[in-house]
Amino acid sequence: MIHFVLLISRQGKVRLTKWYSPYSQKERTKVIRELSGLILTRGPKLCNFVEWRGYKVVYKRYASLYFCMCVDQDDNELEILEIIHHYVEILDRYFGSVCELDLIFNFHKVFSLNLLENMEVSLYNIYKDKDIP
Amino acid sequence: MALSGMRGLSVFISDIRNCPNKEQERLRVDKELGNVRTRFKNEKGLTPYEKKKYVWKMLYIYMLGYDVDFGHMEAVSLISAPKYPEKQVGYIVTSCLLNENHDFLRLAINTVRNDIIGRNETFQCLALTMVGNIGGREFAESLAPDVQKLLLSSSCRPLVRKKAALCLLRLYRKNPDVVNVDGWSDRMAQLLDERDLGVLTSSMSLLVALVSNNHDTYWSCLPKCVKILERLARNQDVPQEYTYYGIPSPWLQVKTMRALQYFPTIEDPNTRRSLFEVLQRILMGTDVVKNVNKNNASHAVLFEALALVMHLDAEKEMMSQCVALLGKFIAVREPNIRYLGLENMTRMLMVTDVQDIIKRHQAQIITSLKDPDISIRRRALDLLYGMCDVSNAKDIVEELLQYLSTADFAMREELSLKAAILAEKFAPDLSWYVDVILQLIDKAGDFVSDDIWFRVVQFVTNNEDLQPYAAAKARDYLDKPALHETMVKVSAYLLGEYSHLLARRPGCSPKEIFSILHEKLPTVSTSTIPILLSTYAKVLMHTQPPDPELQNQIWAIFNKYESCIDVEIQQRAVEYFALSRKGAALMDILAEMPKFPERQSALIKKAEDTEVDTAEQSAIKWRAQQQTSNALVVTDQCPANGTPPVGQQLGLVKVPSMSSNVDHNSEDQGSAHLNGTLSTVDPQPPSPDLLGDLLGPLAIEGPPVASVHSEQNIIPGLEGVSNTVDAAAIVPVEEQNNSVQPIGNIAERFHALCFKDSGVLYEDPYIQIGIKAEWRAHHGRLVLFLGNKNTSPLVSVQVVILPPSHLKIELSLVPETIPPRAQVQCPLEFVNLRPSRDVAVLDFSYKFGTNAVNVKLRLPAVLNKFLQPIPVSAEEFFPQWRSLSGPPLKLQEVVRGVRPLSLLEMANLFNSFRLMVCPGLDPNPNNLVASTTFYSESTRAMLCLVRIETDPADRTQLRMTVASGDPALTFELKEFIKEQLISIPTASRAPAPAQTPVQPTSPPTALTDPGAMLAGLL
Repeated sequence: MIHFVLLISRQGKVRLTKWYSPYSQKERTKVIRELSGLILTRGPKLCNFVEWRGYKVVYKRYASLYFCMCVDQDDNELEILEIIHHYVEILDRYFGSVCELDLIFNFHKVFSLNLLENMEVSLYNIYKDKDIP
Repeated sequence: MALSGMRGLSVFISDIRNCPNKEQERLRVDKELGNVRTRFKNEKGLTPYEKKKYVWKMLYIYMLGYDVDFGHMEAVSLISAPKYPEKQVGYIVTSCLLNENHDFLRLAINTVRNDIIGRNETFQCLALTMVGNIGGREFAESLAPDVQKLLLSSSCRPLVRKKAALCLLRLYRKNPDVVNVDGWSDRMAQLLDERDLGVLTSSMSLLVALVSNNHDTYWSCLPKCVKILERLARNQDVPQEYTYYGIPSPWLQVKTMRALQYFPTIEDPNTRRSLFEVLQRILMGTDVVKNVNKNNASHAVLFEALALVMHLDAEKEMMSQCVALLGKFIAVREPNIRYLGLENMTRMLMVTDVQDIIKRHQAQIITSLKDPDISIRRRALDLLYGMCDVSNAKDIVEELLQYLSTADFAMREELSLKAAILAEKFAPDLSWYVDVILQLIDKAGDFVSDDIWFRVVQFVTNNEDLQPYAAAKARDYLDKPALHETMVKVSAYLLGEYSHLLARRPGCSPKEIFSILHEKLPTVSTSTIPILLSTYAKVLMHTQPPDPELQNQIWAIFNKYESCIDVEIQQRAVEYFALSRKGAALMDILAEMPKFPERQSALIKKAEDTEVDTAEQSAIKWRAQQQTSNALVVTDQCPANGTPPVGQQLGLVKVPSMSSNVDHNSEDQGSAHLNGTLSTVDPQPPSPDLLGDLLGPLAIEGPPVASVHSEQNIIPGLEGVSNTVDAAAIVPVEEQNNSVQPIGNIAERFHALCFKDSGVLYEDPYIQIGIKAEWRAHHGRLVLFLGNKNTSPLVSVQVVILPPSHLKIELSLVPETIPPRAQVQCPLEFVNLRPSRDVAVLDFSYKFGTNAVNVKLRLPAVLNKFLQPIPVSAEEFFPQWRSLSGPPLKLQEVVRGVRPLSLLEMANLFNSFRLMVCPGLDPNPNNLVASTTFYSESTRAMLCLVRIETDPADRTQLRMTVASGDPALTFELKEFIKEQLISIPTASRAPAPAQTPVQPTSPPTALTDPGAMLAGLL
């Protein structure tokens, strides 16, 4: 299962988070700091998976933004990687060539898309549905 | 867009972005929080728009990592707003701000429930989404039934049902009771007939969670999963919107294959065949393409298929295809694929028979150990660790050592621990082991825990041949300019004990040893000084004739430390000083340490505790089960939490100075072998010849010491030997022949193996016998895994099979010796000639030291292994049932004293021994009808039918009817089932000597009333 989703900028700024397991605010800050340290320092030609505290973090960089998802050890990594990509494709279609600023100033719209809520399912059908405001 | 014009929010966000530093940002946030708080205070003046705006601001602040400890009420209250825009914001913000542990959620439960059972689909979706995000016990208890209804309702739109499935999944994870198991299996199967792929994907997620907990209940879903896979693989009826880069819903494919991995096996040959066709197509048909996303998606499916093939333990051919694919993957440039190739290859190690093929890739894997990517290096390390065995240990460990010098710090600890474990487990010879560990300490001393060097000391102490070698090695390292402290400890200890064996070599005179060790003293910490002091005392003792100059030097050191602030050091200094003036008695007291009892490596234990990687963990477990004892700890020594060798040395010399060993025992209870030596140290002045024994050159060898023990043992009332159990490990006592106690209950193990095909058959402190069996029709192949758990070989190994007359058994050659820590496989081939309940017996014997062990073990090649469950329809069943009209082909018996089982439990029991329960054939719900095929050479494949009529009022009795085309089979099967129903398998039989059930000679007391027999059915 997906434990949380993080969108972090290259400078380590948090752009969007979504937590599916209960973490206290303190733990969240710690997690974000730890993962930024791990992921932002990785070179471009390395694999998209990082092992962290018994979990796996699947991440992908789009322009200056890192999309990270924390999943269980035995989850299918490539599947998660394509969920990320799929998500980005939908954001792209929604905002029309999405950029980091879109996500910063419209974070409430991203949440309202309710896409993150259904990460585990194929996203196409949600996009078609009318719960997009 | 309802939300677009929220100016205040945009302004706030750009303010935050414009803050030059964290300090300013915090100020701005505090200001805003104050503002929001005051606005919330007089709520009446707030428009819905403002309320929304402030709640979003709160969420933004919260997301940045600041605590927001107010306003939850306002967020929750928005949920009950009548209009969509407010309600939606309320739901989203609540699901972000609150988690399952918040009390505020209770306030919302009613509103949420009203939305879920209401008619407005949009509201339903919002509510389901929030519940699915937060989960939690309280939601589960109050909302689960409503959510279930939505999921099953045919009038709901797919959109709602999809969300309901995910919501239920989340609730189930927290509280499995929400899904009522009895009814759900059917409903779950129905859900899998869904055509809409969205609903199907969500339902599949739910199924994965359900079967992972309890696969028995959901077996009816299995063929449906295969159907779904077939539909996707053939791309039938897959709408464009579910096709991702040309691949029919990769997500659903992955999930379905995941669900299938939770079923232990697939019995039905047709289902199995169709599934393998699909898997074959995936394995062969996945090409590498240019488009990254298409590639990822297709490989996600491919890797899941690989996992499923491994799980199903497919035919050898398919397995080697998988290994070939993985071999290709670990050599590609694409890092993701290489990573996954290594990861899955590690998983593959758990499948037997492929290790050799994997070994061919060793060179490639070692290359990955030097990859720039730490994720890949980690996988490579795990794989190397997992694939290491006696044959390649030398190469692999040497690679690891080489890599250790360049490895980054994040990996060094893991690396050194793994190298140490492998060296210990698979050392071809012990001197190599000592080499490896010393190199390890030299290269990565900071990461070598005390456990590692304690273990070296244990090995060296227990192997006389090794002692001069180890001492010489230790001496060599001392010449190095910079030495890690651990190296000082281990060399000091080894040289203290064994440097006299090197006396004639250059640079190894007591004086030289002393001075080179003493050079290190100023550099070490207080934990090492006690060891050095002991070493000095020992060096002094070994200097014969005494060298007054050396003596004075050492005495001066003892004198100096007599006032040391550290109690341990002080005590040693005082005692060694006093002792060293006692002359001859010193020799006795400081005599060499006796052997350590065999015990589990603290390292391996530690590895088991610390590893978190699941695949890797199971690999360790698997190996540990095969090769090392985990139950056996002969003595409860404590190398982990202190410095035991040190403590014991101390104990050794303390005794005489107090002229009584009584309180010694109370002080050093942990150190078992102490007692052994103690017994030679008599409070009275020891007799000269005893001393002679100990002081002579032979004193360092095991047997004389041991003989002293056995002499002493017969003197009753000697305090020192009170703890004979502990001493047993080093005392060869012939009469202890039968004292090797099996670990675990042999009978229980046998019974467990009657119902599964792999596990442990027998275990004692020295050996573990595991088995893995495969049964095909009337043939069987069973592999015995004989694992030596010790550091010394097991000899005179003999395996004799006593086959009953109905089984033809061929045993391949068994080696006479099992090397230390090695595992030997002996395959056995079975042919079942005719039905019988007799059991084959394995007569197994070996010698360990002077212990000769002989055990007779029943082999789980029992009747039910030759059964193959087969479903029968009513049309097939009734004619067959009628045609077998009475004894001897059809036998009936009233069985009393049955263990009370519910029908469901009984059905499970039947399924477990491969009788397939056919529900619905018997109109009476208290009855059970089952069918199976029995295979033997005489009967060929023969259909067997069973019917059990139970009495709901009295569960301890039932009537059983068994029918087949062979009288012997009918009888044997009936008796077999009866045994299962009556006996409680775990406690029934005495352990070791196999009691083959005696074949009853009297004819069965068959109850024959054909009319009554069919009455219930017709």
